[in-house]
Amino acid sequence: MSATTQQTAGSGTRAERPEVYKPRRKGVVSGSLLTTFTWVAALVFFAPIAWMVMTSFKQENVASSSPPSFFFEPTLDQYKAVLGSDAAPYFLNSLIATGVSTLLVILLAIPASYALSIRPVKKTNDVLFFFISTKMLPIVAVIMPIYVISGQLRALDSIWTLVILYTAMNLPIAVWMMRSFFQEVPGEVLEAASVDGAGLIKTLRSVLIPMVTPGIAATALICVIFSWNEFFFALNLTAAKAATVPVFLISQMTSEGLFLAQLSAASVLASLPVVLAGWLAQKQLVRGLSMGAVK
Amino acid sequence: MSTLTRTDRQQAAADSAPHAARQRRARRREGWSRRLPLLPALIFTIIVTQLPFLLTIWYSLRSWNLLRPDGNIFVGLQNFVDIFSDSTFRVAAVNSVVITLGCVAVALVLGTFFAILLDREFLGRGIVRTLLITPFLIMPVASSLLWSVSMLNPSYGMVNWVLGLVGIGPIDFTSSLPLLSVVIALVWQWTPFMMLLVLAGLQAQSKDVLEAASLDGAGWWKTFTWVTMPQLRRYMELAVLLGSIYVVNTFDQIYLMTAGGPGTASANLPFYIYQRAFLGFDIGQAAAMGVVVVIATILIAIFALRLIFRSFDDKELS
Repeated sequence: MSATTQQTAGSGTRAERPEVYKPRRKGVVSGSLLTTFTWVAALVFFAPIAWMVMTSFKQENVASSSPPSFFFEPTLDQYKAVLGSDAAPYFLNSLIATGVSTLLVILLAIPASYALSIRPVKKTNDVLFFFISTKMLPIVAVIMPIYVISGQLRALDSIWTLVILYTAMNLPIAVWMMRSFFQEVPGEVLEAASVDGAGLIKTLRSVLIPMVTPGIAATALICVIFSWNEFFFALNLTAAKAATVPVFLISQMTSEGLFLAQLSAASVLASLPVVLAGWLAQKQLVRGLSMGAVK
Repeated sequence: MSTLTRTDRQQAAADSAPHAARQRRARRREGWSRRLPLLPALIFTIIVTQLPFLLTIWYSLRSWNLLRPDGNIFVGLQNFVDIFSDSTFRVAAVNSVVITLGCVAVALVLGTFFAILLDREFLGRGIVRTLLITPFLIMPVASSLLWSVSMLNPSYGMVNWVLGLVGIGPIDFTSSLPLLSVVIALVWQWTPFMMLLVLAGLQAQSKDVLEAASLDGAGWWKTFTWVTMPQLRRYMELAVLLGSIYVVNTFDQIYLMTAGGPGTASANLPFYIYQRAFLGFDIGQAAAMGVVVVIATILIAIFALRLIFRSFDDKELS
């Protein structure tokens, strides 16, 4: 349907001013129709989230009413209940697992991507191939040994086990992504720095890092999203002590039957940090998700 | 003449022997100074991802159930024979393929649709884009619960309420249509990813070419199929590939929405292996399944990686 409207609009424009191609100046009527259609489609797609947020402000009996109630007296009771049910340790664990692993990934990925772009090792392609192939290794194929080894090292239910695993999980993406940023640094800049006799560390610190800081931020964002949302390792390798936010969410579901409104409030709180980060850094998101291929 | 040449050469070689050695040493030092920054990341990745996998291979050759501590013995390929005659394993393998293909294909179509809608200037474009990417950012555990409870629940789920308005239902989605339910939730999560990649492809188009097409009298649809689509192909390949890598590992949605049920009707391989390892404590068999999955993945990956490298080497894709 949209195709037809656009086509007519396009040919109309062409008749009026054949010299300039302006895909964005459509006929006013079909244009606003298309805009309305776009808005409706987007709102339908977003509706589950809107519904989740609405439910989180309801009382339990209103939340599970049938037919669904759209008009109700909003309450903060559910948020109070969630925050009162010792959610803090879970959030703290997630914060540590996400923060420390992201920091480690960045520290490891900066020199590695340097050695794969600016001053490349001989077998750059093989190394890149290796990194991406680890991403294709199904996580389930390594969970048993990790579980057994962690048990022997008495590292089960330890947040540091998750830190190490999240670092390994995100490192390949980070290396690929950061390499694509490093490749954009003009060669002359680096040559100038090495002519000045600046050593490797100094070159990195004073020339390169400032130039690739936006790239580092984008990489960090992607690592934060994936580690904050990670569930499989957290489910299998943690118990009471090191459990993270996704595990907390399930505990909300199973502990005392189903409390839909409270569960929604917990879901909103659990998702909020990553949603906000993603909203603020939409541009970097594309690059990160495509591992640096799309700029 | 030839003698002379040889002596000359020998002489030259003798002269430069220390020099050559020095050069070789310098080259080696140079090589290591290049390699050094790479090593921490490389060694870390090898230790954390490759060593456990070697252990998985070792476990897969043993009959080892954590509930029977005495039973840890070497059985050769017995575990592999067992899993290939296990019909649940086959169901899980088929489900993995169905879920991955279904999710990636529908998400790509839907994502392309949204990308085309977004590839023009209109009132509130930034807000619409923000709304559309949000499902990808929601914690998968939260979105699984959202879909299985608030959306698809037969008595108070939104989807059933909407279906009820047109006289259908109520349908108990997660029990009667478990695979479809999982795919719905996954498509919702992955459509924004596809959309962002396709949108990047649309916006990377050269305006000159579009202009030329327009001057030649090509309408929107013609321009799209003949000019835009060939360019978009690379972006779509990349989106499908990266999407598949993530979707094939899906665990959260299955664990939370259907628990692989009813029975094992909606278990995929990650979920079934998890069940065998952490609920059945059968380390040997779970490991053998892991090995089979990895071999299958490698076969697919060899093909896929070639595609990736082509995409990443392609200068147009930037």
